Amino acid sequence: MMRFAALFDAIDRTTKTNEKLSALLSYFRDASQADAAWATYFLCGYKLRQLVPTKLLRVWAAEEANIPSWLFEESYHSVGDLAETLTLIVPPGEMVDDFSLSHWVEQRLIPLRAMEASQQRDAVVSIWRQSPMQVRLVILKLVTGAFRVGVSKSIVTRAIAKHAGVSSDVISHRLMGTWKPTALFFENLISKEVQDTIASQPFPFCLAHPIDHELGPESIGEAKDFAAEWKWDGIRGQVIRRQEQVFIWSRGEDLMENRWPEIESAAQLLPDGTVLDGEILASLGENQVLPFANLQKRIGRKTVSNKLLKEVPVVFQAFDILQDAGEDIRSRPFSERRQRLDRLLSTIDHPNLCRTRLLQGASWDEWATIRDQSREMNAEGLMLKRWDASYEVGRVRGVWWKWKVSPYTIDAVLIYAQKGHGKRSGLYTDYTFALWEGETLVPFAKAYSGLDDAEIKAVDRFIRQNTRESFGPVRSVAPALVMEIAFEGLQRSPRHKSGIATRFPRIVRWRHDKKPEDANTLAELMNLLPTLE
Amino acid sequence: MSPDAEFRFLPYGENLTIGGVQISFHPAGHILGSAQIRLEYRGQVVLVTGDYKLGADSTCEAWQPIRCHWMISESTFGLPIYRWPSQKSVFHSINQWWRECRDEGKCCLLYGYAIGKSQRLLAGLDPNIGKIYCHGAVEKGNDAYRRTGITLPETTYVGSATGKIDWRGAMVVAVPSVHGTPWVKKFGRCSTAMASGWMAVRGARRRRSVDRGFVLSDHVDWPSLLTAIDACDPQTVWLTHGYTASVARYLVERGRDARVLDSHGRNEGDEDVIDDIAIDDNDSPSGETKSS
Repeated sequence: MMRFAALFDAIDRTTKTNEKLSALLSYFRDASQADAAWATYFLCGYKLRQLVPTKLLRVWAAEEANIPSWLFEESYHSVGDLAETLTLIVPPGEMVDDFSLSHWVEQRLIPLRAMEASQQRDAVVSIWRQSPMQVRLVILKLVTGAFRVGVSKSIVTRAIAKHAGVSSDVISHRLMGTWKPTALFFENLISKEVQDTIASQPFPFCLAHPIDHELGPESIGEAKDFAAEWKWDGIRGQVIRRQEQVFIWSRGEDLMENRWPEIESAAQLLPDGTVLDGEILASLGENQVLPFANLQKRIGRKTVSNKLLKEVPVVFQAFDILQDAGEDIRSRPFSERRQRLDRLLSTIDHPNLCRTRLLQGASWDEWATIRDQSREMNAEGLMLKRWDASYEVGRVRGVWWKWKVSPYTIDAVLIYAQKGHGKRSGLYTDYTFALWEGETLVPFAKAYSGLDDAEIKAVDRFIRQNTRESFGPVRSVAPALVMEIAFEGLQRSPRHKSGIATRFPRIVRWRHDKKPEDANTLAELMNLLPTLE
Repeated sequence: MSPDAEFRFLPYGENLTIGGVQISFHPAGHILGSAQIRLEYRGQVVLVTGDYKLGADSTCEAWQPIRCHWMISESTFGLPIYRWPSQKSVFHSINQWWRECRDEGKCCLLYGYAIGKSQRLLAGLDPNIGKIYCHGAVEKGNDAYRRTGITLPETTYVGSATGKIDWRGAMVVAVPSVHGTPWVKKFGRCSTAMASGWMAVRGARRRRSVDRGFVLSDHVDWPSLLTAIDACDPQTVWLTHGYTASVARYLVERGRDARVLDSHGRNEGDEDVIDDIAIDDNDSPSGETKSS
């Protein structure tokens, strides 16, 4: 466990990809396959299902530290990270034998889940008493399900590929879908032999780069080399038809079972050995896409009622085919894949399994005109794909581009602030912004990102010096700072005080040139609401 | 402070009476020469701790408990998340880091405040690992410490080093404000570290964007703050700086009268303000230093 904790530290300590890679590589070289499997599991972002309710962990930590619970909470607000607070607040224990990562996870952590609260308490207290600080933090991060460290899945993939002497694309594919972190899994993962694909296993997704708004689409090449489609705001997914079964995966590698019954039943019509890439959309038929808010009603529902099925019908809009008649065709050019997709889906002709429409245009100017209608279509802009490109793994430059419409922007006043988490813990970085309604400022959006470090520091200082009231961790501040807020869309929401919810709000710039009275009004925001709802 | 102010010097433990108030200074253990002030009037004793710590430090006299009726204590790190590791283990980690950097051909840049922290760090460094260089402001502090009879390892002022110097394996002790400035460019491949109590929390270290954070503070941590208050056993504690409200509430719940003394400038977790006070940008040991 010391070695895994040291790996965590080494990764946490640096921002340089090469140093992270070499830390990972040296870990994988020395680790047993059982340890390497768990390390891969956690580093890829998988978590253990809740082992102990965090509420209890807080109580026990306060008891061990001999402090009242309010003081635990104040400490937590100051640290901004629960596992770290749980680590720091309990006096250090003595070091005992170091067990391996797999021993810790399998013998000491997973069994916690099945224990009675009093047994759990004893077990957790022994973790506190028997681990040095460095190890304690990592264990508590695993226990609270908050283990995150500065590596992406692609860096982990590269390290394993190098360790195994197998290409990254192969490792990346083997890491897709559901797998159990066992020694055997890791052995297969790094094996040089070709393996049979598991029926449910999805392919790594190809991702798009944004087109720079300043440079425009001319910067990526000539229009004739690209296909254009609407960029829909739905759920990216892969539909797999293998061994007479259907699997629908989200881009977050969630196997979405029973969530989209209409798509599942349509996919039964696909021939065995087919994998489609596309977007799940709430839609009243082809190109009658509903705003994302409708789809949101169905997200997270494990089972779908008949009423909801009628209210929010969904379709799978396929835009690519990755496996056709059992053959992996990702290396074929998009022009060929699209032909095959057209051929396949036109024979099936099912309303819940449609294709994206290819937009006709001969020049960037023509497509720019089409793109201007994105908002009316409930689209986010256009997708541009090179006709001659293969289906790549991950975000490879130059293959797929997203050409979004400019976001909405509005000038708002900062009125509440709360301390951030992680790198921003201890600093006031989570802001609530408000717009005018008559003489009052009505909060309408929270935004966390967009300022640089110097600006964050300056705003933090302003907040400390201009606090009016504190409500727990939240401070209300004198309305003085005006910031330009950008967002992708908006919809009515009875849950919000302003009556409006914005999508992806973020700070564009600090408007030093504006006074709070120059900020926009709520009515001006309302005017941006889409007419079709 | 006015430049033509007159000073009287008072050794630790000696009394001075002004207007019927008996005044004496006692070691605060913060840095060399730091003092707590004991004020006595008609049998009532007030103790003003100033900044202080209880842990080991070979570069200054150790803090002493003073029985008092009123105690004005700092609470910069007055939350139970702040528990300092032993000085010995911190120095061990620092020297270990230095050795690793030397073996990788890197230069170590260790940041600490110019007066006090830097000298405490120097006293803990193992000069057998490599050569030690200091920033001008640090070197100025070193002179003062050495003149007082404190033993520090041999150091070289960075600015006095002429010609092409091989910085690989060297240790440079500098003030935090040079981090990320052109001043550090000359050292080539570096590993940077900050030594401060704030380094106990990862977020604070990451925000500073240093490679390593060593938890070494010259202030009381949570357990030693409580120890100090119990040892001085005042009827009433006034808290100043840092997490005053939390400490006061905790003490009151434990049955000791405690209040918040309004402190200007330094609030909870306000590390930057403390930096501004403690940092000295002057790179010349002979130059004028700011006083605050």
